[in-house]
This record gives sequence, structure tokens and C-alpha cells, in this order.
Amino acid sequence: MSNWVKVLLLEDIPKLGARVVRAKDQEIGVFRLENDSVYAINNKCPHKGGPLSQGIVYGDKVACPLHSWKISLIDGKAEEPDVGETACFKTKVEDGFVFLELKE
Amino acid sequence: MKKMKLVVVGNGMAGMRTVEELLKIAPDIYDITVFGDEPYPNYNRIMLSPVLANEQTIDDIILNSREWYAENNIALYTNARINKIDRKNRVVYAADGTSAEYDRLLIATGSKPFILPVPGKELDGVLGYRDIKDTNDMIQAASKYKHAVVIGGGLLGLEAANGLKIQGMDVTVVHRNEWLLDRQLDKTAGLMLKNNLEAKGLKFLLETNTERLVGDADGRVKAVQFSDGTYVPADLVVMAVGIRPNFELAQSAGIHCDRGIVVNDTMQTFDPRIYAVGECVSHRGISYGLVAPLFEMAKVCATHLGNFGIGLYKGSVTSTKLKVTGIDLFSAGEFEGNEETEEIVLHDAVGGVYKKLVIKDDKIIGSVLYGDTTDGSWYFQMLRDSKPIHEIRDYLMFGQDSLGNTGHQGQDKAAAMTNEMEVCGCNGVCKGTIVKAIQDKGLFTIDDVKKQTKAGSSCGSCVGLVEQILASTLGGGYAPPSTSKAICGCTDKNHEEVRAEIRTHKYLNIPDAIKGMEWRTPNGCASCRPALNYYLISTWPHEAVDDPQSRFINERVHANIQKDGTYSVVPRMYGGVTTPDQLRKIADVADKYAVPMLKVTGGQRIDLLGVKKEDLVGMWKDLDMPSGYAYSKGIRTVKTCVGSEFCRFGTQDSTQMGIDIEKAFDHMWAPHKVKFAVSGCPRNCAESGIKDVGIIGVDSGWEIYVGGNGGIKTEVAQFLCKVKTHDEVLEYSGAFIQIYREEARYLDRTVHWLERVGMDYVKKRVVEDADGRKAAYERLLYALQGAVNPWAERVQKRDQFKEFETISV
Repeated sequence: MSNWVKVLLLEDIPKLGARVVRAKDQEIGVFRLENDSVYAINNKCPHKGGPLSQGIVYGDKVACPLHSWKISLIDGKAEEPDVGETACFKTKVEDGFVFLELKE
Repeated sequence: MKKMKLVVVGNGMAGMRTVEELLKIAPDIYDITVFGDEPYPNYNRIMLSPVLANEQTIDDIILNSREWYAENNIALYTNARINKIDRKNRVVYAADGTSAEYDRLLIATGSKPFILPVPGKELDGVLGYRDIKDTNDMIQAASKYKHAVVIGGGLLGLEAANGLKIQGMDVTVVHRNEWLLDRQLDKTAGLMLKNNLEAKGLKFLLETNTERLVGDADGRVKAVQFSDGTYVPADLVVMAVGIRPNFELAQSAGIHCDRGIVVNDTMQTFDPRIYAVGECVSHRGISYGLVAPLFEMAKVCATHLGNFGIGLYKGSVTSTKLKVTGIDLFSAGEFEGNEETEEIVLHDAVGGVYKKLVIKDDKIIGSVLYGDTTDGSWYFQMLRDSKPIHEIRDYLMFGQDSLGNTGHQGQDKAAAMTNEMEVCGCNGVCKGTIVKAIQDKGLFTIDDVKKQTKAGSSCGSCVGLVEQILASTLGGGYAPPSTSKAICGCTDKNHEEVRAEIRTHKYLNIPDAIKGMEWRTPNGCASCRPALNYYLISTWPHEAVDDPQSRFINERVHANIQKDGTYSVVPRMYGGVTTPDQLRKIADVADKYAVPMLKVTGGQRIDLLGVKKEDLVGMWKDLDMPSGYAYSKGIRTVKTCVGSEFCRFGTQDSTQMGIDIEKAFDHMWAPHKVKFAVSGCPRNCAESGIKDVGIIGVDSGWEIYVGGNGGIKTEVAQFLCKVKTHDEVLEYSGAFIQIYREEARYLDRTVHWLERVGMDYVKKRVVEDADGRKAAYERLLYALQGAVNPWAERVQKRDQFKEFETISV
């Protein structure tokens, strides 16, 4: 069962920035790109668990703040030659609010 | 939009490098078709010698597999030699009847070996040395025959001779000149090389001209006859007397050629639809036979094919190395010298070491190294950069003193290392791993090696060592990076160009700067955005927009991120002086937030470690102390000793001086971190000798030292000047820092900037030019005017800094 949860106002995420959302025992980074599209990924770098939400966002990627692995916000995959993947969450924006799809 | 058609004639290193560069920057604008007349996909031609020497296999040297072509939707025709270009209808035709239409054509037909026009040159067993087929023919011949003669004692000839010897043949090298490698070495080094190669079992006939090749009844070569009438037996003759650009195809199509396909600085031929790169071109009258220039051409050509219209190829200075295991030689530039040049020579005949530097007008213009080539790339870098050398002339010959680098056991010579030895102490990368990556993945640049292996990608102290490994693995294929390279992959502009444009066009925010300077990416990357942000705010203080999203996390949240995602908090304690009140407050805060560790830092401050991000603002409020900027590319700390107030040796009040400096320059951003120290006497207890600015009190005033560094590579600060008063200390050190802020590249420490501009320059600006100094100091004070404590700001305007809150659902 999918479960859409209203999380925050789009304007409360800076452009090319992110906010941290805690859902039960996991942390999710919710990112806003330059064109206002929103992506959400597990806030853990596949390398050493760095908090991806704290990295520099550019294009559709984020650079991990710990060791600069580049993670795609679209599919959660690390840029080559690094290998790794972090989980992605579906998002939608309605009436200025960001919604996250969380598993039941 | 319909894609344009790009046809590439020539499936070698230059052509495919261009295609790779093109795919990187413009993957979608062309349907690409490639024709190659060899049966293989693109391979690393410069590695044929190691194949002949049994050190590598053909599979090892393939650069782009057939799968690569398929993955990138490139139609590849092998065994297909193009023999006609119809420029009117824009079609190329291969010998086997295949044809292809083009909108853009790239010619990269390379070169061919020059075959001496002597009788018998068409006999069986006579070949050039150019491709895999030649290499296989040689290996086969070695299994059946005994005697090999290599004509030509240049790089290629010697590598062929060495390989044939290893394959078990009896090898004689015939050379026209007085010594070997006369295009690369002077006589002394040439003779040393001959001795070393003779010890490996090769035979040489110098100053010998080939008259004709003699065949047997079956039409196979059996001997070589010289102009003095003598003979040597030969079952295999390898001609390695030079290469000639392969431009017949272009010429037959009516494209202007002059000993090569003539191209302009954008690699365009006289037909605007047709480009050419590699050994087949003649650029400003020069054809290159080494791989490094080809790659520079490829990069430029790709930007034009990709419709970016930027980048000019302006020719290359080349250097060479010989790929014969156990022989180290390096040469670059004008190594012979003449009446107008000076020479510095070191020659240890018994030890087998010879080094010569040719100097003209205070610059290195050429170099020959034999036996110890460790410093080759360092000399070459100075040569390419035309760097004045008078400041380092005394120790130039003894090499780049990199001993003392930390993290790799003080090793500074790649050749002396075994494969198991650690090169990169940060990421735990051994020499063998690096060598394997270079060979298996076909790497050519330091950046590639950093990306693939991580070696040198953290603290950077081992980059010199990695560079040596790269150079010795690649031999002639290695191109040292120019120091004025592009900021990142988003642009071709270097740091200086970006700074200049920000000033002339008065860009005040990142989107305008990126747009105005035609970045390839919509909003830069994690490398260029922090640099741009710094350049904007340092060039236009109080006017440019400081973009938090372009700052690294530490500067964005004014705390230092730790490995587990927590932060560290270091309050300001001016000059390292604190009070019982402050200490009590820190103790209370540490208790309240259950801070896991309290630590005194190297800069004499107190660090509260392991703080959660959501606790930061509350902690700052309770502390009610200013930020210590321990996370910044900017002013960190002013370390002080006790000084004359208490110390029985102190000559000056160093503590107060330190407090005053730290207050005057508080909140200052810089290209990298900036550390000060003030000592009250020459005993120098505050370690002023290893700080960006180190001040030492003496009885008659203050000595100022600059460019010290206690980090990755310990650097002793250099004496700038001596001043009398407290105010002069502020003015001189402030002016120094301001000029560094305005002119250094982002992430340069003062020492790196000083290395590039030289101490003379800094003295001229700061010491000799009184007006300039005062103006620079004023500019610094202006930039710092009205700066606020960022912690207090976040406490007061909590609702404007939402990022410190975590949202729970």
C-alpha cells in the first residue's frame, strides 16, 4: 500500500537545496532543483553514510558532504567510477505543498 | 531535431579521443560513423613497445572495446580504408564499397613509417613499426629467425630493438648520427644510454649509413649492406627512421595540405565542414608525433564539433621518455643550448646519473635527465610556465624537495617503490593498484587516476608521486597538466579568466556569472560553485550576493561536519585568551547538550564535538560567544604565546597583538583557511614559522613572515619585512592577506599562491609600494565593514534559517 504524506511547503526548501524529513526510523533528504522539481532520497550516502541532504546540489545531482561522491537525485545511483545506490522516494507538489510517498 | 551526421576517418587515438571528448560535452547532436583500416577497435599505440617486450598483451592495450562503440551508438567499420572523399555530395567511400554521408567530417588518418628509399626495401622481412600487425610480424619473425637489424636509433627504434632482444633475437641498431636519440639527448646522455643498452645485449653501429638490403633466393632479406661496403646478417629489418603524416586521402580530395593537412587553431581544414586532428595535420607548420599534443587537439576540436565554439589549439611543447624498462631518461625543449644560454649540469658517470638544465633569461628552456628522472615533470612544468628561477636556482638541480610530505612514509621517488607500497595514505592506495588502473583503463591524466583510484583525491600530498607513476607507466604518452587549467568540466576558463570577467562584467550573482561566461552546465557543479561564490563576494564586497547553496556545508551552517553527520562547535577566543566565565559557560553547555567530547584544538581554542544539527542554534544561544570560524575558508585563529606581560623572555606583548589582529580580521573569507601566529620573542613559542602570516616580536619591533604551512607539506614561512609599530603589523599583514584574497585561486593556501607569483612580487606589492599597501589594507577593512557574528544572527532570526529544523512525519 502506498501512502502519500504531506511534508512541507515547497518554498521552505531553498532552490538547489534540501531539507531533512524524519519518518519513523529513517531520514529522507528532500531536494528542490532549479526548475522547482522535487526529489527525495534516503539521506545516506552509499559510500560511508554521509548525510546527502547537506551536500551541494547541482543539475540533478548532489555531492556528498563527506567525500564528494556524486549521487543522482533521479535514481539514487553514484556517478562513475564510484559504485553504489541509495533508495529513492516518489514525490509530488500540489498547491505549493510537497508530498512524499512512504511505504506502509 | 534531426541529428547531424559525423563521419570519422581513422579509428586511432586522436580520432577516438575527439569522439570521447565530444560525447562528454554534446552526447546527442551527431549520429557518428567511424572507419578504421585496421581490424581492431581503438587501441593504445604507444603501448605497442611493452607488448613487443612481453610486458603487456594486445587485450591490455585496447582503449575502446567494440561494446563501447555499440553502447554509444557509434557505427564502426573496421578493415575499411576510405579511399575517396566526395566533398560536393559530402560522401566518403571505402575500398570495400561501403559509403557514408556526412555533415561534418573528421580526418584522423595518423602517420606512416618512413621507409628508406634503398634497393631491397620491398623484400620480405622488411617492415616499419606502426601497428599491431607490425608487432605481431616481429614476434613471429623472432620465433623463426635469429638476426634482426633496426635502422634508426630514435625512440621507436630503440623500443623495437629492446623488444626484439627480449623476444630472443640478436639485434643490431644502425644509426646515422654520432649518438643515439640525437633528437632528444645531448652527446653525454646519448653515450650513457648506449653503454646501458649494450649491457642489455644490444649492438650498435653509429655513424653508419644503409646502402641496400640484400635478399635471398626466396625474396626474403638476408643482410644489410652499408655505405662503407660492410655487411651484417639480417633476417628481419625494422625501419624506424621517422614518420610522415598520412595526408594523401585529404590531398586527393583537394583539401589544402603542406606536409600534412593544414588546419587552423580550431582544427578546421580549408573546407569548413572538415576537421582534422592527430599526426596527419600540419598546425602552424608543425606535425606532432607524440600523443600529448594529439589529446590537446582532440579537446579543442570536440568543443567546435559540439557547437560550443570555444577553445583554441596553440601548439604544444613536448617532452619525451623512453619506454625501455630499467632505463630512465627525460628530455624537453631546447636541450642542446648555445652561446646565449647558460647550463647547470650534474654528472655522476659511475652512478649513472646526468642532469642538464638549459637556462635563458632566468627561465628553463630545455632539460636532459638521465638515470634519475624524478624531477622531469617539475622542470617541464616550469619550462611550460616560463617560470623565473632565480629564487630557487641554488637548489634547482637537487630537485623538488618533497621529502617531509606526510602520509606516504616520506617516499618521493616512484621508481624506488614496490607495487605493494602505499602511495596515498588517505585512501590506502598502493602503487600496484595505480599502475594497473592506468594500464587496464587506459588513463592518461592525473584527474583520471584520481577519479578511478582515489589516489591523491583527498589531501593531495601524494599527487606528485602519482604523477611520477603516471609518467613512468605511460612514457611518451604523458602530458603534464598546465597550471592554468580550467576550473572544472563546466567551462574551459581558468581561475584567472573567471576572476577577470567577474570584474569587467561586474557579475553580482552566480546565475548571471554562469550565463555570462557560457558555462556548459545549467548551474555549475560542486567544484565551481564554491569558487565562483568566493570570487564574487571577494571582488564585489557588499554588492555581490553570497549564495548559501553554493557554499560547502560547513560554511553554510557555520559548524564543522563530522564523519557521523554531527557537527563541531568552536567559539571565538580572541588570541587564545579566555576567562573563568567563558569556561563555565562552555562547561554548562557541554553538560546540557551531552557533548560527547571536549577538546583543545591546535589553534588554542576549545572544540565541542558531536553536536546534532538541530541543537546548533540552541547551543549558540546558550554560549553567547562569537563563531570561531573553525570551519571556514577564511580567518581561523591567531595563535599567541604569553609575551612580555608574563614571560621573562618576552620582548613584545604578543598576546595583545594577536587579539588585535584577530578582531581586526574577524569574519574574513579567503581562498582557503588562513592562520596567524604571534610570538613575543625569537623563541617563537606560537610557531609563527609555519603559519600563513607569522609575526615574531623582537626588541626593536616585529618581524613578519608569510606563506608558512604546518599541514600536508610542512613549509617554512619566508621573511617579508620588519616593522616598528603595532599599527604597521596590521597594515602590512592585512595588505598581504588582501592581495592573496584578490589574486590567489580558490583553494590555494598562501604558500601555493606564493610559489606561483614569487616572493619578489609580494615584497614589491606589500613592502616597496607604500600607496598600494595602504590601498589594499583599506580594501580589506572595507570588505569587513559591518560583518556580523553568524551565530548570533541565526539565533535572532531563527525563522529565516529553517534548515536547522528537521521535519518529522
